[in-house]
Amino acid sequence: MSAVGMTDTLCRLEAMLLIRAYEETLVEFQRGGAPGTCTSVGQEACAVGVVGALESRDRILTNHRSAAHLIARGADPGRLMAEVLGRVDGYCGGRSGSLHISAKELGVVLTSTIVGGELSMAPGVALAQKMGQGEPGGITTVFFGDGAACEGIFHESLNLAVQWQLPLLFVCENNDWQAFVHRRETMPDNAIADWAAGHGLPVATVDGNDVEAVHAAALEAVAAIRADGRPRFLELVTYRLRGHFEPDDQAYVDADELARWQARDPLQSQADRLLAQGALDADEFAQLREQAAARIEAAMVFAQASAWPDPRTLTHHVYAEQGAHS
Amino acid sequence: MTRMTIEQAIHQALAEEMRRDERVFLMGEGVATKRRDLMQDFGAARVRNTPLAEAIIAGTAVGAAASGLRPVVDLLFAPFLTYAMDALVNSAGKLRYLSGGQFDFPLVALSMTGSGWCVGAQHNHNLEAMFVHAPGLKVVMPSTAADFKGLLKAAIRDDNPVLFFTDLALLHQEGEVPDGADHLVPLGQAVVRRVGADVTLVSYAKTVGVCLQAAEQLQAQGIAAEVIDLRTLKPLDETTVLRSLRKTGRLVVVTEASGLCGMAAELAALAVTRAFDALRAPVVRLTGPDAPGASSWVLEQAALPTAEAVVEAVQGMLGDAVVVREALATT
Repeated sequence: MSAVGMTDTLCRLEAMLLIRAYEETLVEFQRGGAPGTCTSVGQEACAVGVVGALESRDRILTNHRSAAHLIARGADPGRLMAEVLGRVDGYCGGRSGSLHISAKELGVVLTSTIVGGELSMAPGVALAQKMGQGEPGGITTVFFGDGAACEGIFHESLNLAVQWQLPLLFVCENNDWQAFVHRRETMPDNAIADWAAGHGLPVATVDGNDVEAVHAAALEAVAAIRADGRPRFLELVTYRLRGHFEPDDQAYVDADELARWQARDPLQSQADRLLAQGALDADEFAQLREQAAARIEAAMVFAQASAWPDPRTLTHHVYAEQGAHS
Repeated sequence: MTRMTIEQAIHQALAEEMRRDERVFLMGEGVATKRRDLMQDFGAARVRNTPLAEAIIAGTAVGAAASGLRPVVDLLFAPFLTYAMDALVNSAGKLRYLSGGQFDFPLVALSMTGSGWCVGAQHNHNLEAMFVHAPGLKVVMPSTAADFKGLLKAAIRDDNPVLFFTDLALLHQEGEVPDGADHLVPLGQAVVRRVGADVTLVSYAKTVGVCLQAAEQLQAQGIAAEVIDLRTLKPLDETTVLRSLRKTGRLVVVTEASGLCGMAAELAALAVTRAFDALRAPVVRLTGPDAPGASSWVLEQAALPTAEAVVEAVQGMLGDAVVVREALATT
């Protein structure tokens, strides 16, 4: 592996560590409080592998489990944390909270917490790119889960993307959980890939806990979309290690299944790979963890120091001021 | 001025705005099939037939609107909007606010509704108030050809999502439309269709015609009714309604839509909260029933407020005042 390749591999580990530290810090902060965030603990490789394959001209739509996608895209954890805490320095001025964070400056647009909402809007974002809006050659990536694949809009979205030949990458993070219901209760095995293929989409099913495998598959899909302008579909097989939202005792989760997936933690797998290659030693790994923890600690300090929004601004931003764009 | 049908006014508005702004494009079930001249003039990229799938048509419009385009979607019949609710209500109406103003959603959703075609409740349902209730959306429902053209052009130029309802019984009605591509009717402005000092009749869409007929009959009885056509339901032109109410002291609201939590309820609330001191009689609401639209012509018509009902309501409100006038007239 080249020196550059080694660096990228290490960067992906660093990004996953930062995401994990961010989400675990939030979980700790929210413990015992009001219902908190929907984390993506255990799914970090999906976000880091795919987002790393995108360019700044590309657009991303995500959902309620969005922190990993945003941080992988370079979002400032302090501003994310401020948003979750409802403060003015959040990406959305505190109006979103954790569930619908978008950051236009990062190309993370139109986050919807309505499961499937992101799938309804993604073809329009890709259509705008196809019709000349934004930088030439940009593509759209939409992240959703196996729960969204059970929504009717999943099929409408895939069908339209294929019929209209939209530059759109569908990324299904199949994490086995649809809120509090296991996927086995809701669909046949292999349904997601079969459904996507049924719509005429080229599908790759990949180990979603192997960040290098995800990254390689994403690079291939993105290159294919840029080459012919047609949509592609990635199914990333992963697992939601924590509950639907915090706090959640996960009493409904099969302990053996959870243990099996905990043993396949994507961060540890990536670290083990680097350790085996000699690209990382135990001290360096510990140091990376500490660096991530320190960044998130600073982010939390920033967020808590950020002001609350002025209640007099309650109804700001509901409507566009006329004349701005017409 | 040119005489044209409301359908022609809609078509002209679409053509002019597509010519004016290349970001404007049209999609829906059959738009390319039915509007062949637009297809020929602007090409298949900007006049798009879609699958029969309202949720993804509306969702795609939302995504495109936030990404620099200005979509107009034809969702055909208003009841089909319920399939598009997530995109319209949760996305177009809320994501500007939830994102702290990062995105605009300049889109227009067209749909038809209203009795007159005997199509039954799943093609005829005046559900405009549902969208008035949803934050972030604007709602337009005109009654004349000139307003259809001017308001549709203004809606397309608006940076907010606009629900544009066409009363299908009006579609082939003709009217004079000002010439030129600059004919715009601003959203949020009601118009006084007939001036009068005794009672204010407020309506929109085809029941404006019912109010005008009633006003004519009332005139014969010496009662001067003022008729207000709201045109835009949101933003609501409260000023025009209140100004009239302060003059007449009497309000009758006439809608084809059912009454519960509808525009008539909102206008009644406006009257009692903002002009209670001016009221000389209880507000009267004449609305459709809390029942789905029937298909049978007789039942469909039975659900509509009639001019006779408006006249009767006004007579009831004026009561003693009418008697006094009649006495004066005979002396």
